[in-house]
Amino acid sequence: MKRSITRLLMAPSVIMLLVWMIIPLSMTIYFSTIRYNLLYPGQNNFVGLMNFEFFITDPGFIPAVSNTLILLLSVLIITVVLGVMLSALIDKPFFGQGIVRVLLISPFFIMPTVNALIWKNMMMNPVYGIFAWISESLGFEPIDWLSSYPLVSIIIMVSWQWLPFAILVFVTALQSQDTEQKEAAQMDGATGLHIFRYLTIPHLARPIAVVVMIETIFLLAVFAEIFVSTGGGPGYDSTNLAYLIYNQALLQYDVGVASAGGLFAVLLANIVAFFLIRAVGKNLTV
Amino acid sequence: MTYLAITDLQKHYDSYHALRGINLSITEGEFVVFVGPSGCGKSTLLRTIAGLESSTGGSIELDGRDITEVASSKRDLAMVFQSYALYPHMTVADNLSFALRLAKVSDAEIKEKVRSVSASLQLDALLERKPKELSGGQRQRVAIGRAIVRQPKVFLFDEPLSNLDAALRVQMRLELARLHKKLGTTMIYVTHDQVEAMTLADRVVILNAGQIEQVGTPLELYRQPNSRFVAEFIGTPKMNLIAANKIVRHEDNLAIELLGQQILFPANRLKGPLPDSVVVGIRPEHMTLVEEGGDLSGRIELVEHLGSEAYAHLQLSSDQTIIIKAPARTELKDGQEVSLKIDISEIILFNENDRVISVIPEEA
Repeated sequence: MKRSITRLLMAPSVIMLLVWMIIPLSMTIYFSTIRYNLLYPGQNNFVGLMNFEFFITDPGFIPAVSNTLILLLSVLIITVVLGVMLSALIDKPFFGQGIVRVLLISPFFIMPTVNALIWKNMMMNPVYGIFAWISESLGFEPIDWLSSYPLVSIIIMVSWQWLPFAILVFVTALQSQDTEQKEAAQMDGATGLHIFRYLTIPHLARPIAVVVMIETIFLLAVFAEIFVSTGGGPGYDSTNLAYLIYNQALLQYDVGVASAGGLFAVLLANIVAFFLIRAVGKNLTV
Repeated sequence: MTYLAITDLQKHYDSYHALRGINLSITEGEFVVFVGPSGCGKSTLLRTIAGLESSTGGSIELDGRDITEVASSKRDLAMVFQSYALYPHMTVADNLSFALRLAKVSDAEIKEKVRSVSASLQLDALLERKPKELSGGQRQRVAIGRAIVRQPKVFLFDEPLSNLDAALRVQMRLELARLHKKLGTTMIYVTHDQVEAMTLADRVVILNAGQIEQVGTPLELYRQPNSRFVAEFIGTPKMNLIAANKIVRHEDNLAIELLGQQILFPANRLKGPLPDSVVVGIRPEHMTLVEEGGDLSGRIELVEHLGSEAYAHLQLSSDQTIIIKAPARTELKDGQEVSLKIDISEIILFNENDRVISVIPEEA
């Protein structure tokens, strides 16, 4: 009796959540098995796994998968390594610490589109960008970043965007590090580097795991930066999965293939998550 | 003879003068305890010796070497912290060997040292555990082991027992005393617990407001405190202090009038001139209850039974209560009128500046 009442009371929210999740998912699955091209309305016949075949044999598929993974790993490494180093650097009190912290955190508040525009027009532009000005004043040819190194440019933009998040987490974690432990290590003859290596890094293991997991979720779906700056090109050089799906659905009007790509992205995210959780998840239980 | 010499040590924080000219010399192998109320500077003094705080004046010399400006990692001191400060992600064995590994001692030697230390502290079975899998007492022993394994010149203890429960504290106190006997290394120990100070120390340093109030063996401090502060700090329950109404010379004696009654103190024990006013200090254990004709009388306010003994709180006048130690199975009742006798040879006199009035100790 009591159980059925609790179930009854919980039912609306549970059903709501299920509907919320099931309908888009099942519609995507459904779309991925039919011919669904906006250029040929009314010809929505069942095609089996053909959409998947089209998506996987698309010339953009292999570059998109590898770009997605390269982007993910590079940004993870850059933000974690730089984040740990910068956080350790600003952990000790110094003059102007508050301002420096705010400056380090602030890129996080800038929306991805604006971020990409800043980098595209103010930093990386080969004519009036700051990088061009620097190379010219040193006597070098300015580099057209977005067309010469499109993926590197995207990695720089996204790292700049996500480094503050890592710093935010690490600075907070460092503040909870026990000072007596550091003093004990000092008495034991440890130098600053020893303390960093043997106490600070292990102390940060869990925050690092958290940063890696959260960033992974967002980095697999980077879109705005690519859309605004390189447009996935040149060729497929800066196209990732999210951008390829967009390309299929809205540039080639093929919703069926885009849905198949979406399902593949879900699969890829699960594979990555599986390995990442295995790799860093151990730290979460310590 | 002097092993650790501290000369005119000063420590200023921004607006706070924490150490006001500390002078102290410690001989090799001594067990010295710094004791004092909260905020007296005892921990600051220890941390300055350790090099964790920089001094703002004065010098520290260890074994003939000036270490005032030396980094704490190069001072050859080991410290046991109040929170134990074990490295949380290392096993007990790794915690013990950390300093040796940093010093690039050979693996065989590390193994041997860790083995002997863990055997002497009964940590053998725990070597592969992490600190969070240990009990408070075990963590404490690991912290001590981590200090011992390096064989430093001086051990520093910062209130190491204050996080343990009462029974364990007594046991660890005993182990520390044994350890000191066995190793014979110089130890400096900070505590606010006067029982730890009295039981462990060869010499006790009493600090008050950033200055050394008195240095001496535990018994010296108990018998011959040189100020009211020390007298009140050492001894449980606290020493009773009664201001004398009048003090006059009466033939060979000084007649000290306490709350309308007179006690006689032999005048020839007085070293200096007759003081104008005195405060009489009497420890609870130096008074006895008598049927009648005592030196003081009052009404029992409360009796505290501790099993082995009892403390009676006596109301002598409207604004003066004292504590007296009574036998365990006392028949005293609340509200009872009693009379008590003071052991004159044990009383301590203080002048109006709270300094002791020096007297010749009575022949035992």
